[in-house]
Amino acid sequence: MTVITRPKAKPADAIKDASMAKQKAMMAAHYDRLSDAPETGQKVAATFVPGNLNELIMCFDMVNNLPEVNAIQNGLRRTSGSYVMEAEKLGHSEDVCTYVKSDIGMMARGNIGPNGRKLPNPDVLLLSYTGCFTFMKWFELLRREYGCETIMFQTPYMADGKITPDMIAYMVKQLKQDVIPKLEKVSGVKFDIDRLREYLKKSAVAEDDLVKVLQSAKHKPSPIDAYFGGIYYIGPIFGAFRGTDEAIDYYRFLREEVDQRIREGKGPVTPDGDMGKERYRLVVEGPPNYTNFRQFWKMFYDEGAVVVASSYTKVGGTYDFGFRHNPDKPLESLAEYCLNVYTNRNLPMRVDMLENYVNEYEADGLLINSIKSCNSFSAGQLLMMREVEKRTGKPAAFIETDLVDPRYFSAANVKNRLESYFQMIEQKRGGLRGAA
Amino acid sequence: MLDKPKPTTADIVKKCEDLFTDLSFAAAREWKEEKPGRIVVGFLPYYAPRELVHAAGGLPLGIFGGGDQLEVIHGDAYYQSYICRIPRSTIELGVTGRLDFVDGMMFPSICDVIRNLSGMWKIMFPTKGSRYIDLPHNFVDDLGGEFYRSELKETCDWLSGMTGRPITDDAIRASIAVFNENRRLIREIYQLRSDQPWNVPSSELYVLLRAGMVIPVEDHNRILREYLDSVREQTRPMKDNSRVVICGMFCEQPPLNLIKSIELSGCYIVDDDFILVTRWENSDVRLEGDPLANLASAYLHDSKSTPPKYEPDEAKKGLYLVDSVRKNRAEGVIFAMTSFCDPGLLERPILQSVLKKHGIPQIAFKYAENSGQMQPIREQAGTFADSIKLWSGA
Repeated sequence: MTVITRPKAKPADAIKDASMAKQKAMMAAHYDRLSDAPETGQKVAATFVPGNLNELIMCFDMVNNLPEVNAIQNGLRRTSGSYVMEAEKLGHSEDVCTYVKSDIGMMARGNIGPNGRKLPNPDVLLLSYTGCFTFMKWFELLRREYGCETIMFQTPYMADGKITPDMIAYMVKQLKQDVIPKLEKVSGVKFDIDRLREYLKKSAVAEDDLVKVLQSAKHKPSPIDAYFGGIYYIGPIFGAFRGTDEAIDYYRFLREEVDQRIREGKGPVTPDGDMGKERYRLVVEGPPNYTNFRQFWKMFYDEGAVVVASSYTKVGGTYDFGFRHNPDKPLESLAEYCLNVYTNRNLPMRVDMLENYVNEYEADGLLINSIKSCNSFSAGQLLMMREVEKRTGKPAAFIETDLVDPRYFSAANVKNRLESYFQMIEQKRGGLRGAA
Repeated sequence: MLDKPKPTTADIVKKCEDLFTDLSFAAAREWKEEKPGRIVVGFLPYYAPRELVHAAGGLPLGIFGGGDQLEVIHGDAYYQSYICRIPRSTIELGVTGRLDFVDGMMFPSICDVIRNLSGMWKIMFPTKGSRYIDLPHNFVDDLGGEFYRSELKETCDWLSGMTGRPITDDAIRASIAVFNENRRLIREIYQLRSDQPWNVPSSELYVLLRAGMVIPVEDHNRILREYLDSVREQTRPMKDNSRVVICGMFCEQPPLNLIKSIELSGCYIVDDDFILVTRWENSDVRLEGDPLANLASAYLHDSKSTPPKYEPDEAKKGLYLVDSVRKNRAEGVIFAMTSFCDPGLLERPILQSVLKKHGIPQIAFKYAENSGQMQPIREQAGTFADSIKLWSGA
């Protein structure tokens, strides 16, 4: 029977391991740096997580502002719901992406960031168009508000499952002829390719450690949760820290922490402390819900379910398939990075990835969290589910929520479906034992 | 020998309606069977380089969903409730065998749903070709133009792989010429409708365009000429309707009854974004020189604006709609967007603010290809038409 317990009092503070606390401090410092920008004179580039060219942005002494991350933070803080409704009052359709509406609503209410301080207006909108159509319209909407330079950087879609020389050539040419000159103009800083190489070298070091952390979930029990916990882990490298010493330090620290958990035979840390016995190992496709993030996670760890691999943690780069930023080919490397982000991969590639995860991580099955806001992720997921189920022989399940719109998180429905799914896994196991 | 009697407008419209509502695509099947080696290549809205399919000796076949007559059973099993209708009915057409004679499909980069459908097609119909047409959002010749030319070249190679024959530059030029003629005729009909909307009802114009999606362009050119000849010879009563521009029907198709309902409510549609591929380029595509470069250049510099297309210049954003209102002496705009359409619904607030700035009245509603209840739309459009008549002069 599904029982939803609603907390009568404020929930206890979430338990965090040291790396999570460190990550939180880094994110807070970044928001302060953003809020301080008008005083420090640092220029601000708004851009997106997939296709985030942080190393390039830093070459111009600029700081990045990622509107999706702002929406996520507002979701976690439960302010996104009112922002979404504010945007709808302003005429934005109930049908479209709630990241966009959260952002528009936040702007309409004074652009107060998650740190409680005003976020600065961007000096440039770097429209890194990678795997999400909504990005284009989002920045066309913001451009009207901010009236600043907007740079379109188009990443071709990997429709045939491969990167062609023409794709790289187009992207490098855009960088040389359009993106870099405009960033020079906005920032007043001359581009130095050796500076970019240095940042890319640092990126690759942190990327190595991130991959080791994500792949640690192959251990049994998994020392990490690669979805809910994974969201903490990707924060710095998908955000404003890729290419920095802080990122190198953080990912080394995180890897050591995870290595220690493996040595101790521990599972992941959850908001309620160490997870109990690992009973189910899952691969998850799709973004999480942020407005009820802790409640959502609890539905998993209460049942002993750990996510061992997720596609969402590849939305800002698919490093576990070998890509690293390469200082020897700096611009080509930025192009290749953008091409490889998860949602820029065609559906057959995505199915292959998920199949691979189920097999490599010895998962019990695939769970899809389908997000109303995000057609880039969601369109085609029902077919993906069938394909992965067919190829792996492992059961798959489908739940529906939204990113930052609390109206689309139905706890009872989600919990009910998860419980049914866990029963399905048990039955499958029982069937296999019976056959043996 | 007696001259063949000239077809009447009603004959032409009936023929076109029969063609576009035939979801077995009998005309295209017959065309393919007439000669061995012919290929049929489907394409989705809003734009595809049909000239290349024609140059390959193929028939470009517009796949514009299932409309309001197709019962979608299988297609719904592939999509969540919050995704639009056109991919469902397209899947339905595929899994029910209605597209079994189609050799390949082209999916333009209109939105994430259609983009992902290109990958679904690869998985679901592995023996059929599936080509994603990645359209440029950079409008500089040696950037977006060069990229798009390479996309067109790859499309030629993909088509050649189906026919076993290379596509020559001369063949592409000849195809551009025949599509130039097609676009000229359609522009002519649009101009005639703008001048005399009572003589060219939009419900007729729409079926004329849809018919062109399922038959050879040469046959369509003949039908368009016949329609122009016929409609010029007749005069229908002029009504005291309001002149409106329709925006939002660039992808998932409206039921024909929706267009009729808008007209019956007291509106003359004097411009629209129906089947944009039929007049995507504003003037003739050049025939001299590199034909692929010419197609790319026309896309970059001489094509329509529509929500799925990026506008690099903020000062120009949405002005195409204002220009259309002015050029066609329209009195208002009806935003008729498809439910769950990202490009349309994300763009709508921008376009609305541009129109507001220019003092142009507007209304908005949503539809789906299988919308059946027209009364609310008729009331809304009728009220809009009345309010224009009553208050616009004030």
